[in-house]
Amino acid sequence: MHTGPHARRAGAAIAAALALALLAGCSSSSSTSPTASASVAPKPGGALVIGVTSDPDTLDPWKATQFQAVNVLQNLYGTLTEFDKDLAVVPGLATSWDVSSDGLTVTFHLRQGVTFADGSAFDSADVVYSLTKIKDEATAAVARASLASVASIAAPDASTVVLTLKAPDAALLANLAVINMAMVSSTDSEATLATTPDGTGPFVMDKRTPNESITLKRNEKYWGDKAYLDTVEFRVIPDETSIVSAMQSGNVQLAVFDDPLVAKTVETGTTTVTKTPQLSYHVLQLNATKGDLTDVNVRLAIACAIDRQQVLDTAALGEGEVTGPITSPAYRSDPSSRPCPTRDLAKAANYLAKAGKSGGVTIKTIVSQGEYSTSVNEAQNLKSQLADAKITLDLEVLESGAYVDRWVAGDFDAAVALNGGRPDPDGMYSRYFTSTGNLNKVAGYSSPELDTLFAQGRATSDPAERKAIYTKISNQLEDNAPWVWLFTSYTYTATAAGVSGFVPMANGSLQYLRTTSMS
Amino acid sequence: MLRDLIRRPLVHRLVAALGTLLGVAVFVFVMLRAIPGDQITAGLGTEAAALTPAQRAALESYYGIDRPLPVQFFSWLGNLVTGNLGFSSRAQTSVLDLTAQSLPVTLELAVLSIVLALVIGIPLGMLSASRPNSPRDLVGQAIGLAGLSIPAFLLATTLLSVLAASFGWNPNGQGYARLTDGPLLNLQQMLLPSLVLGFGIAAPIMRTTRTAVLDVRSQDFVRTARAKGVPPRRLQVRHVLGNALVPILTMTGLQFGYLLGGAVVVEQIFSLPGIGRQVLLGIQQKEYAVVQSTVLIIALAFVVVNLLTDLLYRVIDPRVRAA
Repeated sequence: MHTGPHARRAGAAIAAALALALLAGCSSSSSTSPTASASVAPKPGGALVIGVTSDPDTLDPWKATQFQAVNVLQNLYGTLTEFDKDLAVVPGLATSWDVSSDGLTVTFHLRQGVTFADGSAFDSADVVYSLTKIKDEATAAVARASLASVASIAAPDASTVVLTLKAPDAALLANLAVINMAMVSSTDSEATLATTPDGTGPFVMDKRTPNESITLKRNEKYWGDKAYLDTVEFRVIPDETSIVSAMQSGNVQLAVFDDPLVAKTVETGTTTVTKTPQLSYHVLQLNATKGDLTDVNVRLAIACAIDRQQVLDTAALGEGEVTGPITSPAYRSDPSSRPCPTRDLAKAANYLAKAGKSGGVTIKTIVSQGEYSTSVNEAQNLKSQLADAKITLDLEVLESGAYVDRWVAGDFDAAVALNGGRPDPDGMYSRYFTSTGNLNKVAGYSSPELDTLFAQGRATSDPAERKAIYTKISNQLEDNAPWVWLFTSYTYTATAAGVSGFVPMANGSLQYLRTTSMS
Repeated sequence: MLRDLIRRPLVHRLVAALGTLLGVAVFVFVMLRAIPGDQITAGLGTEAAALTPAQRAALESYYGIDRPLPVQFFSWLGNLVTGNLGFSSRAQTSVLDLTAQSLPVTLELAVLSIVLALVIGIPLGMLSASRPNSPRDLVGQAIGLAGLSIPAFLLATTLLSVLAASFGWNPNGQGYARLTDGPLLNLQQMLLPSLVLGFGIAAPIMRTTRTAVLDVRSQDFVRTARAKGVPPRRLQVRHVLGNALVPILTMTGLQFGYLLGGAVVVEQIFSLPGIGRQVLLGIQQKEYAVVQSTVLIIALAFVVVNLLTDLLYRVIDPRVRAA
């Protein structure tokens, strides 16, 4: 969903260092096993406080990419389709949909009796308005490209919406489930929504103090099962270590960490920590349009000279899993299905020789400092491993703003990156690796084979057939090594005793606050 | 005529202060734009790469960064004159409102820290000076050195973590309470951060006090006073400390000015929504108006503190008054 994590930057490195220092000092009084969410029937009521490192940077669901913003907005707005806890597409504001046999017409049947927070009724006019605005370039909606296949949007009656497509698009239903596709009321302007969210979600806005906190309260008119919690407060505590302290003192009942060191310090006493594998992936992006990297043999030499497990172990304490390109559970790539399943320096030397570069190559690599905790360590480990194969990584460590600038411009030979994943592999990679993809410039690689395969994937709705196609795509990617996929990591959801019913998700979503209760 | 006016000390100082502020304004404006990235990439991160040119143009116009730089500068400056400090699209509120919330937090923290620093620093400095190079001097100096060398973030995190983990005491884990709506909780939330800052500032104050006291004590009038039979305590406080106050005041004013710039790290760790954090967030989000206006306010505060320090000299030192 969000490619660039840009939330937890301030003091992330400091926090990590301190956490390490404190590990020694903190006596772990008792460690409870995660059994908290057992037995007792959930009862309504309670005010949950979630510790977050920063305030949402926008309340406009169509422009939100920052984690904090997405997490708040997810609970305020509704989408036509939704993801369940396993990331399968399930009905949302649309109760069902029909796809014509040629795949070119999708008819959505809308849920009846749904109201927005302001009390107005939700109907097909709101869907047409929302989708049309998202498609309009002047709106600058981040999910605009996901509607590229949509030729027209029509509302034959108040409870039906018909999308006519230019070409079949099997990824459309999953694309509609993200918060950037939120349905807003046709009577609201973007200017009002920037201050006053008006959605159909399980919670409604209660109050906000900028830079301090945002409080949501239960939407009593929510169309689904009502939330148990009376209120959810997202309390801004900029320093992760301070969030840990706030949990220990009982002021905060839920927090999500991505740094294993910090997560370890919180796992004491009555706090339960749940590890959730993430769709986002750590990767060494090679730019196949630049210098020596235009030669596939050079790229393969790099892929073969890297022991991915070693990167994971040294940079991230082994907290994660080695991965191939596709990370979503339903389509997961086999990480050993590649030219070098394990590190193979002899093969790397062969590839370099084939490229006529037996003397070695030098690759300029950009690395972000402070964007996420493991970046620099990953880069240094990659550098030392590649040095054994006469490949020199020339590291350029950049402040996160500078890194993003260079990345966005595609101005790099190679980049150490943590990219966001999506449940649907088409949504995840067609934007990077098809010749018309809007991130193709950044990916630096496309091929006629991949264009064809992605088009096939979109035209096929049968799950088994799709899986076969994306396995081919995954293999194409590994065989041509435009990027070297390294590993996926976890998020760590810490919950205080008495909090139950929360389900962490692989896309980092907090949508299950609606099933969370407190005793 | 004009020259005479400028020569008058107060007018001269005001003109100099205005010049300083204008310099700061230009400097911050230029520096901010020299940093890579803009509000679009700061908001969208790497997702900004997926924007079409038309989408980018729409956003640039929304954030007002499509206008030429001189236009941006002078419209900002013009707005400042009318009291419009700009708008934060992230917080969806004016910079004036943001500052009205954050400045009191920093001001309170600064005052409390300085009071604590003086309470710790001056007695310690006098104790050290009372018998130079003795064990008590050594202890005083060691404490001073600790204050100087222990980084605030380390002390802050350690205090917070130990108190929260061992005693479950963490007022800063609750939402920030303003002095007006929860004075008791507010003071609790201010206690640790002002201790941390105060301890750090106590060190230079202690050292200044020690040096100044030693310097004054060696002067003739002290010997005369002692010969006249002034009791030791009165001698120490009225004569020695009284005359050593000028350098101590200078140091205090300087430190206070720095504190008004916001103790970013301490504000972050203790979740205090002060002015330092406002600037930091502004820089991270590339909210130019927020950073420019807030930095200017901080600079203004610094100038005012300096002016007040100068006025205080006149109060405590008759020699300055005479000059």
